Amino acid sequence: MMKRDECFRILARHIGKEAVVATYSSAVDWVEIAPRPLNYLSIGAMGLDSSHGLGLALGRPDKRVIVLQGDGSLLMNLGSLVTIAAVAPKNLIHLVAQNDTYEANGSQPIPNPKVDFAGIARSSGYAACYDFSDLKNFEQQIGHVLEQQGPVFATLHVEPSKKLKYDYPSMYDPKKREAFKAQWRS
Amino acid sequence: MAAAAAETGARELHGAGIINAIKASGVEYVLAVPDIVTSSGLLAPIAHDKDLRLIRVCKEDECIGIASGLFYADKRALILIQYTGFLDSINAIRGIAVEYKQPICMMIGLLGHEPDLAPRASPRYGVRIIEPICDDMGIAHHLISLDSDVGKIPPAIENAYRTSEPVALLIGRRPKSADRQGSDDEEG
Repeated sequence: MMKRDECFRILARHIGKEAVVATYSSAVDWVEIAPRPLNYLSIGAMGLDSSHGLGLALGRPDKRVIVLQGDGSLLMNLGSLVTIAAVAPKNLIHLVAQNDTYEANGSQPIPNPKVDFAGIARSSGYAACYDFSDLKNFEQQIGHVLEQQGPVFATLHVEPSKKLKYDYPSMYDPKKREAFKAQWRS
Repeated sequence: MAAAAAETGARELHGAGIINAIKASGVEYVLAVPDIVTSSGLLAPIAHDKDLRLIRVCKEDECIGIASGLFYADKRALILIQYTGFLDSINAIRGIAVEYKQPICMMIGLLGHEPDLAPRASPRYGVRIIEPICDDMGIAHHLISLDSDVGKIPPAIENAYRTSEPVALLIGRRPKSADRQGSDDEEG
């Protein structure tokens, strides 16, 4: 089992001009590790991270989009896997941190921790799917994963993290949306 | 056909005119869940229209996120859904369209609406509450029931993008398709 922030520290070493879509607990960890204008945090409703990512990827096919979604969020928008696979954006990487809880809502368990997200993504039609539960393996493979033609999916099996501070006013600051827009359109 | 209808004062709505208005609005993407009101008159021809890219989604709230992502790349999208899907997507619309002030443009079929009544006077509860919900959420809305209403579409979408605010275009009558006559009394 891995820690989400450790995975994200490794991921951050591979990130350049990509948009990174993140929300709730994933966003808290990611922003602390990699604060940057191309972080897209204003999701507006739980579960829609993957749909925002699809829109971003369609809008700028010349740029790559990485979605950092939680398991609770994806469960609220499982259909997006089918939609994304059908549209098949080559520039979309979809990473789901599975800690088996709705962490931002009190760390209550998800309905069924046995759910196989990578398996669902695979059968939905994603171009490449991965499952990581060992940090060393993740570190060795993530560069390769990010180079694959999308849509790419990977489940990161992680432990519930330490208690996080959710600074929503900062994450959802309109100035950050404007900064993102300016960078994404350039 | 539309011109002939106008001359005779026929109370009709033609899909071709709506599609032309969508294109005139600079819309590139149509994000849709099938709606029986607009299925044959709008969605079917849009699926074959080379000037529009149709994205079929599984559930209506996906459209709100996708349209938002497209907006950040300066791409225009129209969401084509049924009023039931609008109701199902209220939290996404609340967060993204209203609180984040994004130009989310929705074309909403009023399933079961009696076209010659005002939506607020509809005997169907679900239809009756749509305009009041839009009003409470501060979402501009326009009723498109006749060919003469189609001219409202381009300025409504243009205004949404100019002001970065959502808009709801309520389709109050089943649009006729070019190759098949629509019927107002069919139930979906």
